[in-house]
Amino acid sequence: MHNVKTVFLKELRSFFYSPMAYIFLVVFALVNGYFFTNTFFLYDQSDMRALFNITPLIFLFFIPAISMSLIARERNLGTMEIISTIPLKNHEFVLGKYLAVVSLILIGLLVTLVHFITLMSVGTNIDYGAAFCGYFGLAMVGALYASAGTFASSVTDNQVVSFIIAVFIVLVFWLMDKMLFFVPSGLAGIVQFLSVDYHLTSISRGVIDTRNLIYFGSVIGFFLFLTNQVLEVRKWK
Amino acid sequence: MIKVSDLSKYYGSVKAVKSINFEINDGEIVGFLGENGAGKSTTLKVITGYLAPTSGNVFVNDLNVLEDEHEIQKQIGYLPELNPLYLDMNVYDYLRFIATVREIKGNKFNKAFSRVVEECGLKGVIHKQIGACSKGFKQRVGLAAAMIHDPKILILDEPVAGLDPNQIVEIRGLIKRLGRKKLVLISSHILQEIQATVSRIIIIHKGEIVADGTSDELISGAEGNTQMTLELMNASEESIKEMKAVVPSVNFGRISEGNGITMVHLEYPTKSDPRKDIFAYAVSKDWIILEMTPAKTNLEDIFRKLTVTEAADA
Repeated sequence: MHNVKTVFLKELRSFFYSPMAYIFLVVFALVNGYFFTNTFFLYDQSDMRALFNITPLIFLFFIPAISMSLIARERNLGTMEIISTIPLKNHEFVLGKYLAVVSLILIGLLVTLVHFITLMSVGTNIDYGAAFCGYFGLAMVGALYASAGTFASSVTDNQVVSFIIAVFIVLVFWLMDKMLFFVPSGLAGIVQFLSVDYHLTSISRGVIDTRNLIYFGSVIGFFLFLTNQVLEVRKWK
Repeated sequence: MIKVSDLSKYYGSVKAVKSINFEINDGEIVGFLGENGAGKSTTLKVITGYLAPTSGNVFVNDLNVLEDEHEIQKQIGYLPELNPLYLDMNVYDYLRFIATVREIKGNKFNKAFSRVVEECGLKGVIHKQIGACSKGFKQRVGLAAAMIHDPKILILDEPVAGLDPNQIVEIRGLIKRLGRKKLVLISSHILQEIQATVSRIIIIHKGEIVADGTSDELISGAEGNTQMTLELMNASEESIKEMKAVVPSVNFGRISEGNGITMVHLEYPTKSDPRKDIFAYAVSKDWIILEMTPAKTNLEDIFRKLTVTEAADA
């Protein structure tokens, strides 16, 4: 864990030492704010559904953008050689990087709490449970997309290619339950279970089911495992 | 101690290193020499655990690179070729990052940091962003990172490539100082760069080791002919021709006479030095030898001979 923390802190520092984190946070807040306030006063309802509906879509492009450089840049700069020749295990490196991106996403979500504060100040009969579950669901989706982004970043040294691969993966996970119509009925259940939206909807309803937690946990674990394997295989090539 | 045993490394079907063997003991400064693409960096990458061998093995202080990679990495300081660095970090943060992974923290880090800053001359750039440092300073930062844990073994892949002559002299001096207490392995494709620094040279060509020894051993072991100029007084052309019977291995070239001095250009196989016989013959004939100087074979010639043969054949 000591090395995970070292990589995590280094990565987080490099996010905030460059304009990247600030651009992400500002643009993320602006886009979320626009879509939230656009309908919030129009519908006149004390909930944050508008935010919880739009954020996963914003994540589809924002998370691949912030994770595309994670490992691809190290490969491109040659610093992977430094990382691989100091006593740092691949899984510690991957986990440290991944947690740094997840932290940036959580900070992004923290910024949107300003809308929750707005809701508290003008709303009535607020369902705090639903708001909490909504945020929890977004954090889970963010963490899953970040794991896909980390994996995409490990397979290439080109950040643009990494971005495109990551967008493709997260789009597939996002669109799965919207494509059920085209899937043979025998597979529909499996495809639906694999879909991110299916679990997010379930959590947003206010029920945090262990099945949802297992789903997010295993997909995240799967992508991080794959990333680790990509790094392990490199030295044997 | 580093022991490379029957090491081969293939990149797909390309054989970068073919079954090489060598051993380096503590306290040696060894130059690993070869043309670009000869297999130097690949060998160093396997020793440091960055690449896995296709076959064979590497032992570092009796640890096996396939099984004890991280233990080996704790004992080695490595400066990779092209010196990759995190350009967006400042020098202090970068060295602290490397030190933390190497479990050097708190007071121990402060001491280690002061030591490498002193040894590598980094005083003026501690809080500078690495990307803004000059090439020479970047190289020193890379060296400092390789030395922060005071390793017993230092592996430097082309440490002076691209530096200006003053910087080269500084880095050479540093390596020589370090070599007093450490095992240092330096690679280069330019002989002069390391000739002055190392105590032993291993030459690799097309993935195979073609020479291994001190520079004197390499010179004396070299095959080929040595040319010599002989300047004599009181000698005539005919009597010089008679000398051929005494030193049959010598080929006599041009003989010129003037002002009572005879100049003879000759050539002999490097391994059979005829100077003693020539001297004895000259004494018996009452000649006065004014000059008898063999042209020095230098390492550069040997290196070229060992590494350009196939290019010449092609």
